[in-house]
Amino acid sequence: MRLNIDLLRSILWGDAQADRVVPPTGFTAWLTLFSSAAMAFLAVFALALSLATSRLADRWGDELARSSTLRISAPEGQMAAQTDAALLVLETTAGVASARALSNAEQRALLEPWFGPDLPVETLPIPQLIEVIEEGSGFDAAGLRLRLAAEVPGAVLDDHTRWREPLVRAASRLRLLGWVSLVLIGGAMAAMITLAAGAALAANAQVIGVLRLVGARDGYIAQAFVRRFTLRGLMGASIGMVLGTLAVAALPRAEVGGGFLTGLGFQGWHWLWPLLIPLLAALVAFLATRAAARRTLGEMS
Amino acid sequence: MIELENVAYSYGGAELLSDISLKLQPGSFHFLTGPSGSGKTTLLKLCYAALIPTSGYVRLFDTDVRAMERDDIAMARRRIGVVHQDCQFLNHLSVAENIALPLTVSGRADDSEMDNLNELTGWVGLTARADALPPELSGGERQRAALARAVIMSPDVVLADEPTGNVDWEMSQRLMRLLVELNRMGKTIMIATHDLALIRAAKPHVQARVLRISNRRLQLAGADL
Repeated sequence: MRLNIDLLRSILWGDAQADRVVPPTGFTAWLTLFSSAAMAFLAVFALALSLATSRLADRWGDELARSSTLRISAPEGQMAAQTDAALLVLETTAGVASARALSNAEQRALLEPWFGPDLPVETLPIPQLIEVIEEGSGFDAAGLRLRLAAEVPGAVLDDHTRWREPLVRAASRLRLLGWVSLVLIGGAMAAMITLAAGAALAANAQVIGVLRLVGARDGYIAQAFVRRFTLRGLMGASIGMVLGTLAVAALPRAEVGGGFLTGLGFQGWHWLWPLLIPLLAALVAFLATRAAARRTLGEMS
Repeated sequence: MIELENVAYSYGGAELLSDISLKLQPGSFHFLTGPSGSGKTTLLKLCYAALIPTSGYVRLFDTDVRAMERDDIAMARRRIGVVHQDCQFLNHLSVAENIALPLTVSGRADDSEMDNLNELTGWVGLTARADALPPELSGGERQRAALARAVIMSPDVVLADEPTGNVDWEMSQRLMRLLVELNRMGKTIMIATHDLALIRAAKPHVQARVLRISNRRLQLAGADL
């Protein structure tokens, strides 16, 4: 495919004369504009969904995998001793970067969503939690469990795998669906522009016949149509992209402080991603119209 | 310039033309005649590669049309001016822009060519109608505009299919004078017409050969006119 600078320039600025040889069209122009705007609007959401689930999967897959929880249930008198013993075991375990017993205040904060504020944690038989942060390739969970069973009988190690994996799987699948939606949106837009361009070419069969008779090359004739539809695709998709991005920006925040959920919007430089949508839409329009024009012209004498 | 060798053409099995051989020499003037439906238009279309012969060879400027790409055909058409009986224009552009269309599509619409355009528009008597749109023109004006469009590129060959079909006798004489004048300027002319009176009226002014299609074949007529 020859997509050099000259071609791009002739598409964007074109030859005013070449554009004039095809009569202006009102109705189909608006339809094309509207459809590409709608497609771009949807594409912004599909993109936001893909990026958000991607973030979610990364966070669950990566960040949470680096931490585990040790739960110690023991009679009140032994709690402190067992906690110290567990911390000692953890400190001497390869692959553990740090281990820290959560304070009462922290444990209360964890329970707050369920029991409300001011829960008297001290008076309840609540197990002690130890947060374990891994380093390198992590620790050997089975080995650690054996050692803990011997030295701290009340300890239960939870490395989060059990509930993390289905979440990561779900997030990955959701991300895949997001990308598939983007591809489908692009395909639908290509189909729509092919139809619109085909209709425009058919409606202008007489014009094309005259141009062929006076010695116009196929490229010249096609360019007038290709330029129009490319610009319409670009403009429509730009409008849809701006509206879609504004809508995403206006979404309420779903994030809770430091939580493991993520907002549905874009984050950081991801806000630049939607800018690609109009460019891709223009490319799709360009290729679809060019293919349609070549097919139609090939059938004429 | 244009050469047909043992050309046959059939539409869906029924042969319309067969065993046609013809050579258009530079500067020659040909009339092509025959009853309507005998294949005059088809023969002209073969001459500008709007149709590809069913058998035999057509050569445009020494190139076999079967070996030509679509762009090659477009380039050849810049050297062949065609006037149809039913002339088609771009209805949203003015007469002047339509006459200049061959220049526009070949990227030659510069200022010096624009002077030619004005001169040519005057020559076919359409200066006053230059800003009109084609649907506003009369039959004779359309024919003259089509002729001007056909010659603006200064082509080597002008092919005209019933150029006087839709106009009265006086206008047809004016059009013929324009074509004869083009021939004096060195252009090769071929005119398809069923109107023998037109040929007789032109004979004193130009050295013309008359070809007749009869029984699917091309014959040289002349003495019998």
